[in-house]
Amino acid sequence: MTIDATDRKIIEVTQTGLPLSPTPYADLGAILGLGEDEIMQRITAMKESGVIRRIAAAPNHYKLGMTANGMSVWDVADDQLTALGQKIGALPYVTHCYERPRALPEWPYNLFAMIHGETSDEVEEKRAEIAGILGNALRQKDILYSTRILKKTGLRLRKKG
Amino acid sequence: MTLDQIDRAIINALQDDLPMTHRPFQPLAEELGITEAELLDRIRTMKDAGVLTRFGPFFDAAAMGGAFCLCAMAVPEDKFEDVLTKVNAHPEVAHNYERKHSLNMWFVLACETPEGIGQIADVIEGETGLTVHQFPKLQEFYIGFRVAA
Repeated sequence: MTIDATDRKIIEVTQTGLPLSPTPYADLGAILGLGEDEIMQRITAMKESGVIRRIAAAPNHYKLGMTANGMSVWDVADDQLTALGQKIGALPYVTHCYERPRALPEWPYNLFAMIHGETSDEVEEKRAEIAGILGNALRQKDILYSTRILKKTGLRLRKKG
Repeated sequence: MTLDQIDRAIINALQDDLPMTHRPFQPLAEELGITEAELLDRIRTMKDAGVLTRFGPFFDAAAMGGAFCLCAMAVPEDKFEDVLTKVNAHPEVAHNYERKHSLNMWFVLACETPEGIGQIADVIEGETGLTVHQFPKLQEFYIGFRVAA
């Protein structure tokens, strides 16, 4: 899908958030000089093409007491990866769940999942739960905890003309 | 900030896609037995307190034309600070974390184009003398991004 200049304006205005109003789409229309219908149509089109995944809240794990997290990695049988990956991704304490390529021989893992919990013991418990779900499709596993945040500028896309 | 039952219910409910209707908050307010105004107020308070990092559209950066790749390097301890400085100097390096493993430096490269990823990885390899392992996402398992509040 090609995004036109008006779509870009919608993206720009909503990058910092949706108006917290009883009528957010009408409000967006008012800001941009467009009708509510057009705003809704354009956002729907962007959802259909995948440019917008959803309109939702991003909770802060740390503020919710989940200060422990680890990057769990798994070597899963390739023919079962998609089905099992979907199960793991659906777990409430898992975020950033992806299939990624192996880098043999030192990195045999093809499934990555961030696990969040209140304590590292809890993270380890959840890790064991995941291992249970993966069952005998699982060959090897590991978990990497971060010891230092080295940089966190965030992802920034340059504006296109 | 202390969260009550209603706040937690809001956090859970708002992780679903907001309805595309004239008054999208009304059904949730009704379900929770509060007014629309109170619902919006609670959302605002949680945003201000940082309990909600954001509330709005989640954009797929790749669909918008960007390219991203998780990368990792095995950095010898005595070279770590030197390599760290060189890697972080690139604006294309967003998050960078030290992790406990022989692959101990994990960072995300963000570029305008897919080719840019390989180019920056090559530059970093040249600067540091270390291999940049690229771990692009091949599949995303993203069903109900959920934090149970």
